[in-house]
Amino acid sequence: MKGRGLRAYALIYLLFLYAPILLLPVFAFNSGTIIAFPLKGFTTEWFSQMWGNASLRRALTNSLTIAVSASILATCLGIFAARASTRFAFPGKGPIMGLIMLPLVLPEIIVSISLLVVLLSLGVQLSILTVILGHTLICMPYATVILSTAFNSLDRSLEEAAYDLGETRWSAFRLVILPLVMPGIISSLLMSFTISLDEFIIAFFLAGNEPTLPTYIFSQLRFPKQIPMIMALGTVLVLMSILLLTVAEYFRRRGIAKTGTKDTGGFL
Amino acid sequence: MTTPKSTAAHRAAMAGAKPMIEIREVQKHYGDYHALRGIDLTIRAGEFFSLLGPSGCGKTTLLRTIAGFEDISSGVVLIDGQDMQDVPANRRPTNMVFQSYAIFPHLTVAENVGFGLRRDPRSKAEKAAAVEQALEMVGLKGYGSRASHALSGGQRQRVALARALILKPKVLLLDEPLSALDRKMREQMQVELIKLQRQVGITFVLVTHDQEEALVMSDRIAVMFEGQIAQLDGPEALYARPTSRRVANFIGVMNFLPARVLGETGDAVQIEAPGLGRVDIPMANVSRADPGDDGPSIGFRPEAVSLVAPGAQGANRVAEGVIDEVVYYGDMTYYDVRLDGSGSFDGQARPVRIAMRNVFGREVQDVGTRANVSWSPGSLVLFR
Repeated sequence: MKGRGLRAYALIYLLFLYAPILLLPVFAFNSGTIIAFPLKGFTTEWFSQMWGNASLRRALTNSLTIAVSASILATCLGIFAARASTRFAFPGKGPIMGLIMLPLVLPEIIVSISLLVVLLSLGVQLSILTVILGHTLICMPYATVILSTAFNSLDRSLEEAAYDLGETRWSAFRLVILPLVMPGIISSLLMSFTISLDEFIIAFFLAGNEPTLPTYIFSQLRFPKQIPMIMALGTVLVLMSILLLTVAEYFRRRGIAKTGTKDTGGFL
Repeated sequence: MTTPKSTAAHRAAMAGAKPMIEIREVQKHYGDYHALRGIDLTIRAGEFFSLLGPSGCGKTTLLRTIAGFEDISSGVVLIDGQDMQDVPANRRPTNMVFQSYAIFPHLTVAENVGFGLRRDPRSKAEKAAAVEQALEMVGLKGYGSRASHALSGGQRQRVALARALILKPKVLLLDEPLSALDRKMREQMQVELIKLQRQVGITFVLVTHDQEEALVMSDRIAVMFEGQIAQLDGPEALYARPTSRRVANFIGVMNFLPARVLGETGDAVQIEAPGLGRVDIPMANVSRADPGDDGPSIGFRPEAVSLVAPGAQGANRVAEGVIDEVVYYGDMTYYDVRLDGSGSFDGQARPVRIAMRNVFGREVQDVGTRANVSWSPGSLVLFR
């Protein structure tokens, strides 16, 4: 049969990608403390242990605070950058946009160390605030790209038409441009949120004593007893991600249906 | 085709109208690029005015200058006697129909049309009635609740018109509004726009590169090249008596033959042209604007001359020649005829194009047959 090899390749590829994730819930409900087959029995022990763990809750709160703040900051700044780059011509536009995109290709370890050196020499206390700043920096390129695409697909006459019909520049932006780029804004928020939530290196360097979810998980891996609980945590995170993606896709499709633009597959 | 809208009576009435837009010495630079090179123009109240020219001639820049989207480098723009220098686009008494229509895709048809009424102090019910009335005016009654992205091109155009006209502007600016429509729709919209303009009595300023569109719809047309107005006239004058070869070439087809000026009397210029011999050109048909690189020439429209049977008697003069090419269009046939002696000036053969309406009982002539071409001196234009 033709294409059999390709089919097998595709299957193996998908298994390799997703089978490990499927193992998370399996071991999260396994009563044995060792992560190995055969499974012992069913338990929800690890979930209640996770729920009762104060430092994990703290890590989760920190991570959520950082991710929400960084995604909002990066998206707001991204809106400015995207609008400036798509709507106006100004001297040094190329280099400036290039600098915004730079963190995309810079090794994160270098970004982290240089930020650490600068912050310490400025005498800034390391906290989740410094992590927020670092994450905003690395989320900016993604936010800018997503938002530039959204702004670029808009007919420039739309804004002029609103202005011509008596609106101010700001109200024209608010009434016409903002609703039309909303899918892009939501995409940018979600993308930045996801990047920030599982970012390790910057959080590790800049958080001081504050744990974030990835640094907490990493620190717990040294204790084999804690691993089933990490599995439970992983399961919860996977479920949350699926929920988030579903919500994002729902908004994207609604946006497309509302404006009647062609569905180009979307970012997510 | 539709006949030109301007009747003599209509034009006479227009000529007395007060000026609505006055443009004085307007210059526009984009860096090194000189987009408008001193435009002087008066557009009358209630007039259907067209800016016609090839792409890049500055017609759209001029329109956007009137709208307030572009600042002018120097000069004055007055609308209804008021200097527009410090009046931004959102406070000018103008509204625009954009080339892309710029219908807000996230709003319904009614929300689009009522967009400009947001700051209107009237009650919701009154505004809704105004929207419904505007939709009725453009033939979209009952479309208010439709999603605007589901509309056809023609319908989007109507929504854009209603949205602009609901604010009762003093001037409606139309930026190539028909270029996105197919031919049939375009011709239908041309007639509807004329009717609409007469109905509302608002000054319309249309930008187009389509000479036919301009001729059909306009009271007056300004032909623009390279940031300057080359000729400003009514459709008939523009077509029959272009003041330069360039305008003549841009509007329809015109035959050109080299000419020698022999002398001048009070009311005519005597010339000699290859194949036509000596002709007295009435002064009204003499243009001194643009002789072209090759010296004086005469021009005439393909339909201003005709093929006649040999020995036909009439007031017109007859030249003889050989048919070079025949192009059959159904309603029309185009003949390219090489007139005897047409190469007498420089040996170069210049076939002239002759347009004949096909009527029953008249056979289409064959290539290579001899033909008699009937013409009259009154249909020639001299560029010297």
